[in-house]
Amino acid sequence: MDASAHQFKRNVHAQLGNEALQANLRRFGGGFADRRRDAVGRVNDFEVLRDRAAEIRAEVLQNLDHWLLAFEAEAQRRGTHVHWAETGAEANQILLDIARAAGVQRVIKSKSMVSEESGLNVVLGAAGIEVTETDLGEYILQLADEPPSHIIAPAIHKSRDEVSALFAQHHGTPRTRDIPALCEEARQHLRPRFLQADMGVSGGNFLIAQTGSVAIVTNEGNGRMVTTLPRVHVAITGVEKVLPTLDDLAAILRVLPRSATGQDITNYVSLLTGVRDSDASDGPQENHVILVDNGRARLLGGPLHDALRCIRCGACMNHCPVYQNIGGHAYGWVYPGPIGAILTPAFLGLDKALDLPQASTLCAACEVVCPVRIPLPELMRTLREQEMEQGLRPWHERLSIRLWRWLALHPRLYGFASRWGVRALRALAGRDGLLHRLPGLDGWTEGRDMPAPQGQTFRDQWAARQAQQAQTNALLVARRQAAQAGHRHD
Amino acid sequence: MTDARARILERIRAGLGDPARSALPRPQRASAPMARPVDDLLADFQARAESLQSTVAVVSNLAAVPFAVADYLGSLGEAGRNLDQQVVIWPELAALDWMGAAVPAEVRTTRPGDRVGITGAFCAIAETGTLLLHSGADTPSTTSLLPETHICVLPVQRVLERMEQAFDAVLEARGTLPRALNFISGPSRTADIEQTIVIGAHGPRRVHIVLVGAAR
Ligand code: SF4
Repeated sequence: MDASAHQFKRNVHAQLGNEALQANLRRFGGGFADRRRDAVGRVNDFEVLRDRAAEIRAEVLQNLDHWLLAFEAEAQRRGTHVHWAETGAEANQILLDIARAAGVQRVIKSKSMVSEESGLNVVLGAAGIEVTETDLGEYILQLADEPPSHIIAPAIHKSRDEVSALFAQHHGTPRTRDIPALCEEARQHLRPRFLQADMGVSGGNFLIAQTGSVAIVTNEGNGRMVTTLPRVHVAITGVEKVLPTLDDLAAILRVLPRSATGQDITNYVSLLTGVRDSDASDGPQENHVILVDNGRARLLGGPLHDALRCIRCGACMNHCPVYQNIGGHAYGWVYPGPIGAILTPAFLGLDKALDLPQASTLCAACEVVCPVRIPLPELMRTLREQEMEQGLRPWHERLSIRLWRWLALHPRLYGFASRWGVRALRALAGRDGLLHRLPGLDGWTEGRDMPAPQGQTFRDQWAARQAQQAQTNALLVARRQAAQAGHRHD
Repeated sequence: MTDARARILERIRAGLGDPARSALPRPQRASAPMARPVDDLLADFQARAESLQSTVAVVSNLAAVPFAVADYLGSLGEAGRNLDQQVVIWPELAALDWMGAAVPAEVRTTRPGDRVGITGAFCAIAETGTLLLHSGADTPSTTSLLPETHICVLPVQRVLERMEQAFDAVLEARGTLPRALNFISGPSRTADIEQTIVIGAHGPRRVHIVLVGAAR
């Protein structure tokens, strides 16, 4: 997928000015958070489940080479072909080779974020292979020719009217505002494609080292179709997705759906191992897994290591005030929200996504809900530090931080400057006590007013309070002395 | 592509350091806690299955199953009529008296036009109200996938507490995993348009569970 993360500010501008998008974000944004809260409320002790999930993911990463090799050996033993791809382009090529060798003409896909990274659909299309996305959200976006804006609800930015317009245009059906009717239309339209496809391409939520299996989690049932009906199945997934055992999968599944959609369990969890038995009537005869690195392996052992624990639940974006305002497209690549603010610069390079780690208030709502306890704010801070150290921030930002540092090291001057600064701001503010414009910071004041500081500076208040305290203390001491003197006289 | 494999592994090892660590055994851990405790296997299974929009009927023995199925199909009204050549069942259920209950059940592979698929289950999980079916010559996956209505015949002895026990049971019974293990938790659904939950996406619109032998 082409990235536009480098022009984040421009993207944000466009999205904030997009009234339809803003209305959609306001209407659909809160649902996930409420449902997660209810689901967590039904659990005995969710924190214990999170601990376990975090522990499992952390442990896997610590020995990732070992678990990957164990997965590969077991998968191969069951007749699955295991491929390794260093980049998205390589993954596309591998898939294309598989398709050509098997004489594939029609591909059906269930949701795969890694294939979004690699831009697989474009490559298959160029090779004359018909690709159909079957996750309803992804299907809508394929018709609209747009990238997903959320990792589990790809079309969350679209209203029913927009969907209806797309369907009318592509299916030639009358417009409707009835959501179940729209879903029914997609079902009817996609059913024949499922039945006709020669190849199913899926993501892989997890790889199980113990059994060489791919685990796929879906609500719509399209994941089952994609991995059951066509004669070839290819799962394409990141190298970090491995879990040691089936029991680990069970433990992770206690936190994933609850954190994602607020369900106690996702409708379909399918564990796929090897190829069709010779006497069976369904299942693929040929089965492949493509393990994609694309910037992941080099994060191991480094400051962003923990980001690889991610199980792609989407909770961090569902709870992020920044994401809720700008939507997913502004982030400019596959992964939006807090995890995207880390993975995009990590995978593409910091210079390609300079503003993403800054796109956070560091309120830590993401960290509070992350089921595998990734310290997301800490990682964003780390990236900010790296930007500063590598001289990647704009000159005026670097200069102002230098100035600040110098001032902070000179307490007297600092006190003087803040006292006069506050007065100046107050003078600049209107009678309503609000600053509508700040010279040099108009980006900030464009969307909101800044209240002028009120009262005294902290330092002045502190000094006053210290003085008062000293007075009170002196008074108390004097009283105690007087009382003791009184005793002695008795 | 073997080069890619070598380079990726090398990159992973360079990051993680200390090649000896791979030999370390995993720490032994107590089994993970369940999210919601199970007090009464059958009651909890039924309540949680229903909370996932599955429906549950309880019968005392296998002979009663075709009649319970007929009742259920009747209760669907419009959707239940004219089912000739549209009800497909797994071979293990072939011996039941479907004719007697006037259910036109056929043992064969599933066809795109089938309206009802009737299956057994390997087991079920009370913690979440989930069914577990596996692939195989006599347990085709499509029967529970393509028809609009999936009916699952589930003997009460097959209800287990948690997913870990289901995995153990599969490995014990078969020695190895079948091609597909499908955990099914209610009818298919989507919330991809305006976050509105709609039942019946690509998979079945209805999941009806007939619990057999409930001695409660
Ligand atoms: S970072 Fe955590 S909360 Fe965000 S998607 Fe990944 S696992 Fe979920």
